Amino acid sequence: MVKRVEAVNDFVVKFANVNGSGSASANELFARAILRMGVPVSPRNIFPSNIQGLPTWYEVRVNETGYQGRRGGVDLMVAMNPQTWDADVKEIESGGYLFYDSSKPQPKAKFRDDVHAIGMPLTEICNATYNDPRQRQLFKNIIYVGALSALLEIEPSEIEKLFSEQYKGKEALLQSNVKALRLGRDYATQNLPCPLGIRVRRANSVGNKIFVDGNSAAALGAVYGGATVCAWYPITPSSSLAEAFIKHCEKLRVDPATGKHRYAIVQGEDELASIGIAIGAGWNGARSFTATSGPGISLMTEFIGLAHFAEIPVVLIDVQRGGPSTGMPTRTQQSDLLCCAYASHGDTKHVLLFPEDPTECFEFSALAFDLAERLQAPVFVMTDLDIGMNTRLCEPFHWDDARGYDRGKVMTHADLESGKDFGRYLDVDGDGIPYRTYPGTHPTRGAYFTRGTTKDRYAGYSEAGPDYVDNMQRLLRKFETAKQLVPRPLLHPSEKPARFGAIFYGSTSPAMQEALDVLATRGIHINALRVRGFPFQEEINDFVSSHPWVFVVEQNRDAQLKTLLVNEAKVNPTRLLSVLHYDGTPITARFIVDQISQHASARTVVPLKRAG
Amino acid sequence: MTYLAKPKLHHPTLAKNSVGYTRRDYEGKVSTLCAGCGHDSISAAIVQACWEIDLEPHRMAKLSGIGCSSKTPDYFLGNSHGFNSVHGRMPSVLTGANLANRDLIYMGVSGDGDSASIGIGQFVHIMRRGVNMVYIVENNGVYGLTKGQFSATADKGSKSKRGVANMDEPLDLIGMALLLGATYVARSFSGDKKQLVPLIKGAIQHKGAAFIDVISPCVAFNNHAGSTKSYEYVRQHNEAVNRMDFIEERDEITADYAPGEVVNVPQHDGSVIRLRKLAAGYDPTDRIAAMHHLQERGAAGEVVTGLLYIDPDAVDMHEHINTIETPLNQLGVAELCPGGVALERINASLR
Repeated sequence: MVKRVEAVNDFVVKFANVNGSGSASANELFARAILRMGVPVSPRNIFPSNIQGLPTWYEVRVNETGYQGRRGGVDLMVAMNPQTWDADVKEIESGGYLFYDSSKPQPKAKFRDDVHAIGMPLTEICNATYNDPRQRQLFKNIIYVGALSALLEIEPSEIEKLFSEQYKGKEALLQSNVKALRLGRDYATQNLPCPLGIRVRRANSVGNKIFVDGNSAAALGAVYGGATVCAWYPITPSSSLAEAFIKHCEKLRVDPATGKHRYAIVQGEDELASIGIAIGAGWNGARSFTATSGPGISLMTEFIGLAHFAEIPVVLIDVQRGGPSTGMPTRTQQSDLLCCAYASHGDTKHVLLFPEDPTECFEFSALAFDLAERLQAPVFVMTDLDIGMNTRLCEPFHWDDARGYDRGKVMTHADLESGKDFGRYLDVDGDGIPYRTYPGTHPTRGAYFTRGTTKDRYAGYSEAGPDYVDNMQRLLRKFETAKQLVPRPLLHPSEKPARFGAIFYGSTSPAMQEALDVLATRGIHINALRVRGFPFQEEINDFVSSHPWVFVVEQNRDAQLKTLLVNEAKVNPTRLLSVLHYDGTPITARFIVDQISQHASARTVVPLKRAG
Repeated sequence: MTYLAKPKLHHPTLAKNSVGYTRRDYEGKVSTLCAGCGHDSISAAIVQACWEIDLEPHRMAKLSGIGCSSKTPDYFLGNSHGFNSVHGRMPSVLTGANLANRDLIYMGVSGDGDSASIGIGQFVHIMRRGVNMVYIVENNGVYGLTKGQFSATADKGSKSKRGVANMDEPLDLIGMALLLGATYVARSFSGDKKQLVPLIKGAIQHKGAAFIDVISPCVAFNNHAGSTKSYEYVRQHNEAVNRMDFIEERDEITADYAPGEVVNVPQHDGSVIRLRKLAAGYDPTDRIAAMHHLQERGAAGEVVTGLLYIDPDAVDMHEHINTIETPLNQLGVAELCPGGVALERINASLR
């Protein structure tokens, strides 16, 4: 007897589809229906750089505890793509399930003995029911969702409710979808072994959380943060961020009296123009940003150096993907840290923010505009494809209506009129941040000539060494000031005394939290620190020095955060042990647990030298 | 260049314009360019035009890229904000600045290396977008600041100072601007202030993408025999299509030309551009004819100057994208932030 994976509200379903076949919306419907039953899900799109015809996957982790990292392994494969059949079948856990289209007979060798195959003649059913080829394709997806609802005990009423929300006022569409759903469900109930060992049971673990993708959230953060100018160039995985900003603005930023826009969005001819436009707007006193990914950052670096040296506020949202070069455009990584932290020629350092999920994408995106204007500098929001393009269950957005915008040090007409001394690069109070003026402020005072070349405190052209050094030292002081302004790291203390520490950031967060729980059950106790911004604060040094070993968990090959920690926080590098995941898939708890367990067991054996 | 600092005190009898400024109030720092540089004449023309047109100096923002020409915004309008950005990228910075505050006048100053080589992409797209600006290229066919390399506007067959002939086709910025939808297109010569000053005034007043290609000889590297951008060559080959007068709304329009010689082009703001025709039958509001004339006379070895094209009904980028009248940089949290209640509604839609 082949064993069966048995699990309630804790399993992984993966859909293998062909892109362009309309599967995405059906798969999302599946995920949302489970969510409506009060059970947390975390779906992930795994897609090719292509529009139609290539393999695409949608992986849904169902987990009542709320773990949202990618788990690894698949309990139920919905194999709808013959191209990837072999690899898909291979990925199923032993005792797991394979749901497939049995319209065409498959040789026995195509199956696995330790996997339960559940065939359903989807194509046959569709061909018998629909005449239109497009309908056959689209409704096939809904029919399999219907069948899965019976196999996994998903309440069909929840799916129908989702239909009625989606097709409000479109009665014909609503009816035809409900019909397809019932068709699949009825077939499964009558012909398939319902329910499977894995199933969904109504729970109460979703609460008031929201289900949203990071790009949409970051774009909303830009609206709330007062961004008025957005310049961008299409690039995966950041395009949907700019497009979400357009949508949000159309709803939230149109002047009701005139119908005119309280925003300006320009699709630049390239990334150079996009950052140039954002910098021009920032120079002229508007809150501006661009959204891009690694290759775009590479193109923007000359301009980023100008913004740093000429001290112009601008926000860059980097939705990271796999590099170098075109790399893996549709896969995730955290591999732009160094190129952003030090972007441009000469001595440059930039502020980075690391959101962990869509909620923080919203918060940090809004915060970035305050920081950019306060610091008069570029500020990077370092999100990635995993957070940016996947829908995630997370805490609701919050906005305090008492919160204003921090427009930074700006001299007004009244300031200038009263005779205040204006030196564009003059540090009047020791925080390294000078005052600026907007163009057009005063007829005879406060104008200055902005340049990337070196200058004196009053913005006069100067190539004199002492003037240059004076300015560069002030920029360092300004970066010190930034430490107090960027979000502080968050400590996740172990419940029991811990020998090990772990540092992580960004989209690693959900997998890390799960890994810490698993490791604790195995007796490996770890204090963890989630870094949320750069420059690093003192508590990061304290954290490292209070643990003999600190794991630094990252999604890149070269341990980029570790490099920054050693270089900028001056932590002891011999204490740091890297855990690196960089194959383009989101890091999993299993991977972290495995790596840390290996390191930990190696370090419980006392080396001979030290023992002697 | 001169090493003497300009005195800041003005003679009390200097004439003031209607907004209370003397011509000296529109000057900038002392130029550091070579003595006799065409660019300095252009700076002087900009000063003259701004003074004559009664523009308050701080209502203009000056932007440039990198190169000799891009240094010049420091040498005029010292009470205006200036931005010497990166090589070839002034157009994007100007576009962003314009988006942030539509109420100022934006003057972009660039060179032929800055605009026709490294910056040709941005040149193209700022024209396409119809950004409301004055874009001046100080065109000398040569890289001055790096000492005499050919630029992309150097004519085929023209010779460098060392006698090497340029064998690449020249890039014609005027022709491109016409093709790309610039709505005010002119060419002039730095040595012809009488022609240049009214052209700049008209460009400032024009609402839309105004482009002026100013041939501006480089006295150090491109003013020798064999150059097609030297003072002598341009003076000999200059063929003006018209002479322009810029008449502000308040001025009385007086006709002192014979009928048929003059064309009045009214502007959106009530001012009038008056053109005295020099080329028979030339119509500056006909874009296709302008392109044809330019190509035809160019083939005959003439450097066509004057106001080549104007669209009096032009609209700018802000109209294309429907921006609110209030400059974006003056909007505050009340106008920009949708607030907590709206956010709760958004949260609810995401459950």
